[in-house]
Amino acid sequence: MNVALVKNETGSALSDSFAIARDRLPGADKVAAAREAAFAAYAQAGLPHRRIEDWKYTDLRALMREVLPLAPAPDAAEFSRAASAAKLHAIEGVRRLVLVDGVFAPKLSELGGLEKGLGIRTLREVLETGDAALQTLLFTPDNANPMVALNSAMMTDGVVIDVADGVVLTQPLQIVHIASGTVPAAMFTRSLLRLGKDAGATLVESYIATEGAKAYQVHDSLIISIGNNSRLDHVRLNEDGRDAFNISSGVVSLGAHAHFNTFGMMSGAGVSRYQATIVFAGEGSRVETNGVNLLNGKQHADTTLFMDHAVPHCDSREIFRAVVDDRAHSVFQGRIIVRPHAQKTDAKMMTRALLLSDDAEADNKPELEIFADDVTCGHGATTGALDESLLFYLRARGLSEKEAQALLIQAFVGEAIESIVNDGLRELAIAAAQRWLEARG
Amino acid sequence: MSLLEVKDLKVRVEEREILHGLSLTVNPGEVHAIMGPNGSGKSTLSHVIAGKPGYEVTGGEILFRGEDLLEMSPDERAAKGVFLAFQYPVEIPGVATMNFLHVALNAQRKARGESQLTTPEFLKKAYAAAASLNIPRDMLKRGVNVGFSGGEKKRNEILQMALFEPAVCILDEMDSGLDIDALRVAADGVNALRSQGRAMVVITHYQRLLNYIVPDFVHVMSKGRVVKSGGKELALELEASGYAQFEDAA
Ligand SMILES: Nc1ncnc2c1ncn2[C@@H]1O[C@H](COP(=O)(O)OP(=O)(O)OP(=O)(O)O)[C@@H](O)[C@H]1O
Ligand SMILES: [Mg+2]
Repeated sequence: MNVALVKNETGSALSDSFAIARDRLPGADKVAAAREAAFAAYAQAGLPHRRIEDWKYTDLRALMREVLPLAPAPDAAEFSRAASAAKLHAIEGVRRLVLVDGVFAPKLSELGGLEKGLGIRTLREVLETGDAALQTLLFTPDNANPMVALNSAMMTDGVVIDVADGVVLTQPLQIVHIASGTVPAAMFTRSLLRLGKDAGATLVESYIATEGAKAYQVHDSLIISIGNNSRLDHVRLNEDGRDAFNISSGVVSLGAHAHFNTFGMMSGAGVSRYQATIVFAGEGSRVETNGVNLLNGKQHADTTLFMDHAVPHCDSREIFRAVVDDRAHSVFQGRIIVRPHAQKTDAKMMTRALLLSDDAEADNKPELEIFADDVTCGHGATTGALDESLLFYLRARGLSEKEAQALLIQAFVGEAIESIVNDGLRELAIAAAQRWLEARG
Repeated sequence: MSLLEVKDLKVRVEEREILHGLSLTVNPGEVHAIMGPNGSGKSTLSHVIAGKPGYEVTGGEILFRGEDLLEMSPDERAAKGVFLAFQYPVEIPGVATMNFLHVALNAQRKARGESQLTTPEFLKKAYAAAASLNIPRDMLKRGVNVGFSGGEKKRNEILQMALFEPAVCILDEMDSGLDIDALRVAADGVNALRSQGRAMVVITHYQRLLNYIVPDFVHVMSKGRVVKSGGKELALELEASGYAQFEDAA
């Protein structure tokens, strides 16, 4: 039976399902109560549908229909398949933290020889035995968003990372989500990264599947807080299986004079939504968010960003590129709010979509809400096809149609990929884009 | 066998006939010059030979070494040795010139069943060709033609011709936008490629280019046809008297 049936069943059926899963979810007392509250919020709303403005282009009731049962804990065979998948996507010089089917896998992770000032725990550990303040922090994401609420109710595992004041990590960290299950199932994960003052870190999130993984659902969230004068570089690569769902949320807050550089690429998953809220809580900070969607077949990928300029003197830059082929559907929703006292805000958003077929669709919804008067804000959007004259030039030089397209697509997404500061990670993103292009044939 | 044979070619663009039965035969080793007023169809002919979409061939044929060229895709034509130096080379932001040249050369080699050039092998070849055309290396690191001056774009076309070593080179106004020194360098580059087996079709408005690249034949095009053919002295004649005498003939 589904643990969290969501086809708008009666309240009691939903609660029963949650009750069954509850025994397997870590944390008692306050944690359990917070889960109850989150589940109640979710149960009331159910899966978001197109009549909810924020989900207008991504109707989960139509696309996902139901939330699958909680994935069983992985067995030895699944761990071993996950190990080979992890190897395939391994990056040189990166500390790997692996979650298999939503469960932290210590044997596949590198936990030895942690740099001074770096602390890594599992979510399960923290929910079971951590201090109350940290547990409360883990429940900060707002239950008003039903998919966040569901994740809060069901979160099973994840990693909790602390970087102490004054510590700049030399080694990037990578959270690898691997789906390996042989039965269709859902995994619910949540991770947390706290970067102290004057600190620095690089975090990569990868979503992959093993050979033969069944249709699965990833429900993930990441909470990030960046201390004063700190910098976080973040790369997110979704290469989930083609029949997978990935619903992920990010909640990021920046202190003063902090810097957040984030890059996300969706080339996998059948249906995905990445929704992130970025809040400027201290003055003089800067955020660069760059995103790429590479979609074909019937893929649907939605990136929904909310940039909250709550304080003065902060800059944000959003660059988003979508390449959409066949009958795929790309969605970008970018909301920027500049609150009344946030003077000298400089916020810009630029989105471009490249449609490779007549049936491809790209929706773009920019929303600027500006309540301060001394600000520089702007957004721009273009949608178009590949330039025929450029294609012909390349073909006249010997490139086949697919090769010519591939070169122009690489150039189109290049500007966003170039924003990745770390050379190794940039190459990782280029390689992921390359895999997508090669799979097109 | 002729290298390139255009026979009674009729071409339409957007319902309008531009070429009205044009014929041209090019043999290995020959250099042909095509001259003619603006709008007479010179670039149209070069585009149709290279396989640019958007042109409707309503009559005639084009044979390359006896094979039907019109049946081939533009990349097949390139691999077989048809090269067009464009009158207006496009800019391709985000595609580094070096990478483009390497990918293109290997694509052609692959189509011909030849081995792929490794990066060092390719670089050696490319730098040598660039040096002989006075093309600085940092130009090759930029996006294809991006921010190139008019003359640099033309030199980049000649560079490609030198690298790809095609059998038929069609040069569409390679002299436009080149200063006198650049013209000499580019012409030297073209002359260096003249050989027994290779043919050139040089489209130009100016006799001056033909002082550097001396043609075997000169053709006058007017209103979509070749209206007169002759030796290199025909170009001098045109320089003196203009195209007016041919307008009626067309
Ligand atoms: N895509 C097009 N649509 C409509 N008309 C076109 C198109 N391409 C070419 N033509 C027309 O065809 C005619 C021949 O053009 P073409 O460019 O071949 O001339 P040309 O001889 O190369 O001229 P120039 O010396 O100015 O380069 C012109 O009248 C031009 O306007
Ligand atoms: Mg022309």
